Amino acid sequence: MSVLLDVQELQTRFQVRKGYVYAVNGVSFKLEEGETLAVVGESGCGKSVTMLSLVRLLPPAASIENGKVLLRGDDLLQIDQRQLRDVRGGQIGMIFQDPMTSLNPFINIGTQMSEPLIYHRGMSKKEALARSAELLEMVGIPDGEARLREYPHQFSGGMRQRVMIAMSMSCEPAVLIADEPTTALDVTIQAQIVELVKELRDRSGVAVIWITHDLSVVAGIADRVIVMYAGYIVEEAPVDALFEDPRHPYTVGLMGALPSLEGETGTRLTTIGGSPPDLEDLPDFCPFHTRCPYSIDRCRTENPMLEPVADASDRGHRAACWVDIREVEVQSNGAGASS
Amino acid sequence: MSQSVNGNSEPLVRVENLTKHFSVRIGAYGETKATVHALDDVSFDVQRGETLGLVGESGCGKSTAGLTLLQLHRPTSGKVFFDETEVTGLPDKEMRPLRRRMQIIFQDPYSTLSPRMTIGNAIGEPLWLHELASGQEVQERIAELLDDVGLNPAFAFRYPHEFSGGQRQRVCIARALACEPEFIVCDEPISALDVSIQAQIINLLQDLQEEYHLTYLFIAHDLAVVRHISDRVAVMYLGRVVEMAPKEKLFDNPLHPYTNALLLSVPVPNPRQERQRQHTVIQGNVPSAISPPSGCRFHPRCPLAFEPCDHEVPEWREVESGHWVACHAV
Ligand SMILES: Nc1ncnc2c1ncn2[C@@H]1O[C@H](COP(=O)(O)OP(=O)(O)OP(=O)(O)O)[C@@H](O)[C@H]1O
Ligand SMILES: Nc1ncnc2c1ncn2[C@@H]1O[C@H](COP(=O)(O)OP(=O)(O)O)[C@@H](O)[C@H]1O
Ligand code: SF4
Ligand code: SF4
Ligand SMILES: [Mg+2]
Ligand SMILES: [Mg+2]
Repeated sequence: MSVLLDVQELQTRFQVRKGYVYAVNGVSFKLEEGETLAVVGESGCGKSVTMLSLVRLLPPAASIENGKVLLRGDDLLQIDQRQLRDVRGGQIGMIFQDPMTSLNPFINIGTQMSEPLIYHRGMSKKEALARSAELLEMVGIPDGEARLREYPHQFSGGMRQRVMIAMSMSCEPAVLIADEPTTALDVTIQAQIVELVKELRDRSGVAVIWITHDLSVVAGIADRVIVMYAGYIVEEAPVDALFEDPRHPYTVGLMGALPSLEGETGTRLTTIGGSPPDLEDLPDFCPFHTRCPYSIDRCRTENPMLEPVADASDRGHRAACWVDIREVEVQSNGAGASS
Repeated sequence: MSQSVNGNSEPLVRVENLTKHFSVRIGAYGETKATVHALDDVSFDVQRGETLGLVGESGCGKSTAGLTLLQLHRPTSGKVFFDETEVTGLPDKEMRPLRRRMQIIFQDPYSTLSPRMTIGNAIGEPLWLHELASGQEVQERIAELLDDVGLNPAFAFRYPHEFSGGQRQRVCIARALACEPEFIVCDEPISALDVSIQAQIINLLQDLQEEYHLTYLFIAHDLAVVRHISDRVAVMYLGRVVEMAPKEKLFDNPLHPYTNALLLSVPVPNPRQERQRQHTVIQGNVPSAISPPSGCRFHPRCPLAFEPCDHEVPEWREVESGHWVACHAV
C-alpha cells in the first residue's frame, strides 16, 4: 500500500477577541490508498477544523500556523487557488453532516450535480445530466432522471445525504472526506448510508476519512481509527486493536461510557468526570490531566507525544500518554474501567 | 426496581387511546389544510418507581406522547390518569397541584433556561410558585438541590451561559426536582450532550430515581441508552406504539418486525461482530404523518407484510404476560 495523504504537524487556530482558540495542535497522520480511516472525538475536539484545513476551506478567522498536507507528494497548503479548486471535488470529495448547508435550495438537483462534472471532467451539460441521473440511481434514488428537476427541499434528510454522496463521488475522487454524515439521521437511515458508502468504497477503491463522535459506527466501517481530544491526536490504532486494547485513558473512558445492546444492564456506566478543556487556554502539559484517573506528576509538567505503545499487536498503534495503563489499578466508579 | 407488569402493581400513569392530531397548512402557499397524525390511539401505563423507555425514529411522536400525557398539549381524544385521577379535561385549578407532581426535562438545556436569570433563581422559582419553601428555607433548598445534581452550591449566583451543556442539564434536573415530583418525562435529556457527559447524566438520573423514588418516562432514540436505563420499553412508529415489553424480552425476543429492523440497524461497538453481521438494512423512509399508510402503518417497509396489513389496523394486544404488540403476523 502506498501513502495517499500525508498530514504533518498541522496546526490551526482561530483569532478571537481575547486571543486564540487553539483548535488543531500539531496533528500528523497518514492515509493509505483505499483505506478507511475514522476520526473520533467529542464535539469541539477539532475533527472538522482538521479536515477543513486539509482543503483550506476555513472561515476567515482561522489560520493554518504550521504543517504540510501532502496529497501524492504535493503540498495542498502551498498550491495556488486554481490548483486547489481542482483538488476540491476532483481528487478530494466531501460530505458534511447537514447536506442542506452544502446544497443550494434555489437550484435544482440536476444543475447542482452537473456542475462538478462540467468543471472537473469537461463534460457537456447534456452528458453531465445523463451521468447525474445514473449517479442518483447508483446511490439508491430510483427514477433519477425525473428527480434531477426537483429541489433539495423535496428530498428527505437521508435522500439529501445520498445526493451529497453521489455528488462527492461523481468525479471519482481518490479521497472521500465524510464529516459526521449520519449524525443528523435516524438509525435505520444511518444504516442505509453506512452500507451505501461501504459499497461505493469497495467498488471504486476510494480512500475514506470518516469523522464521527459515535464509536459504534466506527467499528463497522474503519480499518484504522484516530481519537482526538482538545485538538490533539491522543491515540491511533487499527480498529481491532483500538477496541480490544485501548491504551489512552480517554479512549478507555469513552468506551466505558457507552451503554451496550448486549450483556448485563444492572451495572453503572463508567464516566469521565469534568468536561473538555477550554481551547483558548490550553496547558502546555497533558490536556486530559484534569479528567484522568491515571495521572502522575509528570502529566502536569510535560505534554506526551504520540508514540508507539508498548507490546503493541500492530506497529501503527500509538498513544500520547506518560503512563502504561495496563500496569495501574485505578479506582473506577462502576464496571471496571481498566479491564 | 423492575416491577411486575401484569396488572398486580399499581400504575402511577395510565394512558388510554390517547390521540393527538395537529392541523397544519401545506402547499406552496399554505392553501391546503391537512392533519398531522402525531399520536394515534396509544395506550400504556407507567408503574410507580419504574422507568418506561420510549423509542422510535424522529417524528414518530415520542415528544407528542410526553407532552400530551402531561396535558401540555390538549389531547384530540383519549384519557390520561395520574395516580387514579383522570387529568384529561380537568379544570386548571384542579390540575395545578397535580402539575407539580409531574415534571419534564428537555433535550436542549440551552433554550429551557432564561439567560437573564441566575441558576439559583431558576431553581428557586418553582419553590415559591408552588409554595414549597419560604424565607431562608429557599436558599437552603437551592443549595441542597444543586448538591443533589452534583453542582457546587456556590454556583447559585451564576448565569446559564457560564455553564457547559452537561452542567446546564444538571440545572434543569434540579429545577424539575425542586417541585418534588413523583413522575418525570425525560425527553431526550442526553441527546445534545457529548458521549462522556451522557454517562454522567444517566448515572445521575438513576441515583435520583433511587433516592426520591421517581418514576420516569424516558424518551430517546438511542436504543443502547434506553436498554441501559429502562425497566420496560415501548417502541413507536409513525404515531403508534407497536410493541411494549420488559426490556429483556424486547431486546432478546422482539416480536414486531419494526422493532427487529430497528435493532438490526444499530451498530455495535465491536469490529469483529460488525464484520460478521448480516447487513440487511431496512429499506425506504418513514412516511409522512400527514397521510400515514392505511392498515398497519409499517406495511410499505415491512418484509413480512401480507394480505390484511394494508387495510386492517393490527390490534394492540398482550401476547404474553407483559408483552404487547400490534402486528398481524404475531
Ligand atoms: N469560526 C470559529 N471561531 C472560533 N472558534 C471556532 C470557530 N470554528 C470552530 N471553532 C472552535 O474550534 C474548535 C474545533 O472545532 P471543530 O468544529 O473542528 O470541532 P468538532 O470536533 O468537529 O466539533 P463538532 O463535533 O461539534 O462539530 C472548537 O473549540 C470550536 O469552538
Ligand atoms: N405543534 C405542532 N404542529 C404541527 N405538527 C406537529 C407539532 N408538533 C409535532 N408535530 C408533528 O408531529 C409528529 C410527531 O412529532 P414529535 O412528537 O415532535 O416527534 P419526535 O419527538 O418523536 O421527534 C411530527 O410529524 C411532527 O412534525
Ligand atoms: S499523560 Fe497522564 S494525564 Fe495524560 S492521559 Fe496519560 S496518564 Fe492521563
Ligand atoms: S401488521 Fe403486517 S405490515 Fe404490519 S408489521 Fe405486522 S406483518 Fe408487517
Ligand atoms: Mg464537526
Ligand atoms: Mg422529540
